[in-house]
Amino acid sequence: MDARNEAGHDGGDNGDASLQQRCAFVLTALAITTDGLVYAAYLFIVAIGLTLIFGVMKILNVAHGSFYAFGAYGAATAVGLYVEGDINAALGFLFMIAFAMAIGVVMGVILERGLLKLVYGRDEVVVVLVTYAVFLILEDVIRLIWGAQSYPAFQPMVSAGNVEIGDLVLSNYDLVLVAIAAIVAALAWWALKFTRYGKVLTTVIFDRETAAAFGINVTVVYTVTFIIGAALGALGGAVMAPKISVTLGIGVEVIVLAFAVVAIGGMGSIEGALVGALIVGLCRAAAVHLAPQIELFVIYGVMALVLVARPYGLFVRAQPRKI
Amino acid sequence: MSAILAVENLEKSFGSVVAARDINVSIPAEQTIGVIGANGAGKTTFINMITGHLTPTKGTIRFEDRDITGMPTREITRLGISRSFQVAQVFPTMTVLDNMCIAAAIARRRGGLFGAIATPLRSPDALAEAEATLELFQIGLYRHTPANTLPQGIRKLLDIGMAVVGWPRLLLLDEPTSGISIEEKFSLMSVVMTALKSRKITVLFVEHDMEIVGRFAERVLAFYDGTVIADGSPAETLEQPRVQELITGVKLKAPGGAHA
Amino acid sequence: MAARAHIVGALMFLIAAAAAPALPDWIVSLATIAFANALVVLGLIVMWRAGLVSFGQALYYCIGAYTVALVARRTGFTDAIGLIVLGGVAAGLVAALVGFLLARYREIFFAMLSLALSMILYGVLVKSESLGSTDGFSVSPPTFLGYAPHGEALGRSLYWLTLGVGAVAAMFVGGYFRSLAGSLATAIRDNEIRVEFLGVSVTGIVHLKVIVSGVLGGLGGALAALAIGHVDPNMAYWTTSGSFVFVTILAGAGSVAAAFVGSLCFEALRSLAADVMPDLWQMTLGTALLLTILFLPEGLGSVVTRLRRRGGAKPGTLT
Repeated sequence: MDARNEAGHDGGDNGDASLQQRCAFVLTALAITTDGLVYAAYLFIVAIGLTLIFGVMKILNVAHGSFYAFGAYGAATAVGLYVEGDINAALGFLFMIAFAMAIGVVMGVILERGLLKLVYGRDEVVVVLVTYAVFLILEDVIRLIWGAQSYPAFQPMVSAGNVEIGDLVLSNYDLVLVAIAAIVAALAWWALKFTRYGKVLTTVIFDRETAAAFGINVTVVYTVTFIIGAALGALGGAVMAPKISVTLGIGVEVIVLAFAVVAIGGMGSIEGALVGALIVGLCRAAAVHLAPQIELFVIYGVMALVLVARPYGLFVRAQPRKI
Repeated sequence: MSAILAVENLEKSFGSVVAARDINVSIPAEQTIGVIGANGAGKTTFINMITGHLTPTKGTIRFEDRDITGMPTREITRLGISRSFQVAQVFPTMTVLDNMCIAAAIARRRGGLFGAIATPLRSPDALAEAEATLELFQIGLYRHTPANTLPQGIRKLLDIGMAVVGWPRLLLLDEPTSGISIEEKFSLMSVVMTALKSRKITVLFVEHDMEIVGRFAERVLAFYDGTVIADGSPAETLEQPRVQELITGVKLKAPGGAHA
Repeated sequence: MAARAHIVGALMFLIAAAAAPALPDWIVSLATIAFANALVVLGLIVMWRAGLVSFGQALYYCIGAYTVALVARRTGFTDAIGLIVLGGVAAGLVAALVGFLLARYREIFFAMLSLALSMILYGVLVKSESLGSTDGFSVSPPTFLGYAPHGEALGRSLYWLTLGVGAVAAMFVGGYFRSLAGSLATAIRDNEIRVEFLGVSVTGIVHLKVIVSGVLGGLGGALAALAIGHVDPNMAYWTTSGSFVFVTILAGAGSVAAAFVGSLCFEALRSLAADVMPDLWQMTLGTALLLTILFLPEGLGSVVTRLRRRGGAKPGTLT
């Protein structure tokens, strides 16, 4: 994403110089907006799984970073597979996503049925620590499966090409990313509001015990939710794989970013994840373009600021204490 | 004798909902008062305003001639007003003795936060007070039992004991016998009232069981719709037709003259 | 009971100190780092007992470390004791400041906010060129009240200093646990509202605990900086906080000794794993953690407590 910034000439026409300044300003603003939106799209896809799992199961799943990593590695593997077979780029892309999400689903099932159900009912923080332990184990599992080298998966991005708006060069792949995020958001909204299962989920999010008392099979809801969350995490990794270097440790970085987004938006709130992603995305893009030294600081600074004003995040109200 | 607690024109509204209004009560020291009324009548709001949990929208509360209206709970506790809870609030993983020691040590500490570091938990004084209060409420036998394994009645006694170990002058009991089986109610209240009398504590207790009220209260405050509709001895108030109509109910006479 | 613990503890510290000349350098160095980390873990335990799990102790650890490194570099002041005091104080001041915020939170939100604060520091350090950004910078070798040792002697001096600080911290924290403020931790965890109604400001006590844990974290970081000889932004990263949390889980939050024994075991394990299976350290750690949480939720320290209890100690005691 390049904004060509031309310096005004000294002396010369005042009108010209200020016009160029304004152009530069507009270009920068555009660049920040587009960068911000792309980053927000990526954050949203990663964060929505995390917040969904928390909302329904009250589990802050650190292993979500593993879903992301496995998704990325899976995508890289898939790209490796189809590139050799010389398949149409769009089909290849879909294959890549499907492959990665399938891995996510399998992982979700194994984790939830195999381990998590052993710790339901324990203190929230204890469950977080369990997921942290799982995350660590999976980090080394990745190393065992794929080794320490990095995997390129850039083909989908390259084959998508670029589009130019004036001096701004946008990658079509980034536009696809934003589109995917928008689709996920729309699907989530529609599913929660208009499908029967969405309403079941909303009920369980609101109060698990009451939901169970109404005859909802909470155990099944938990499993399905976790699988969906895992698949979404893997999707996040898959769509990002062509943009980054798929290597060890990507899960570690992403999980703490996802936390920030979810904390800002409110844990368990999908609108919150959307708004949080937008806020973090735009702030980070602004920092990158205007004050690169505070790029990392700004994300966590915003998180801390939001938590000060709204301890439960922007879209979640404090729950009264239940006796 | 000036009143230990004087409440004037007390009112509390939450937006447009008036939870309590026009409350005027003067309580002499060492009196035992039963507070009755249906749920939502304003009893709990009244108690919460005295303990500082809620700030009145109008009116004043004076304790021992000092204006305590709107003071935070912590200060009010330190001034000598204590309360117990309808659902006993104890420290479940700690033993009964430790529960009491904590309450005693808090009551006796000096020097704010940093004083709390310097004070050992089981100082001889705190321990003595704790033991004495356990004996007073006749739960000494349970001193090493973790609080979450206690039978309900003992738990309640612990809860009240913790409110008393610091020698408060005014104690508010929120439904002391709720959750207690009928057979145990009277003995529990007996133990409690004897203990409180021995320490000369002024008592306000909220109760739904009119027999308990009749037996243990010297004076009754009847609440209805946010205000006090009767204030007098149990005999007077419990027989008032309005109180009977709105709160206690009327005894029906079965055909043949026997009471139902 | 307390007296006996004091004697045993003092004995252990003396033995550890006396053993130094007989042990090879790498063990002395490992133990120094382990005990420096133990201080941070001690700070974690102080808050853990109140039900507060901090995922951001790395904040204070890093502040302590960078304070030492910066003061030594910029002012040429190299006295070890002075430096670590400065590290502890700096971290303590930051803890006092952020404590106003943190004290209002509980459970997951406490963990997340503490995480955010430590990541803010990380973000600042990583991007600051003047502080060496991701590479960090080295710490000049310390002096001890004028004495300037090298090589083995330096290692031993740092070891003894760390042991000394550890012993003092152990005494203070042990006393703190027996005090009202320390006992209130369990009470707050059990029933915060009752504590409030008994007349204590819960926010105030939590704030105090944050400060205590901050000072301990800063001291630990300062000592670690001197022992390692290098500081970098990774000291503030969330995985560093995570490792302190691990030690606390593995060893249990039940006693002061747990912090020291646990940290020592952890460093030894980490060293061993680096030799034998460097690619599986995270898996080993994760598995150990999982097993501990599932089967020994109060950590290995609880095994000791249970044995002690069977040996005749009074049941239901607070410590």
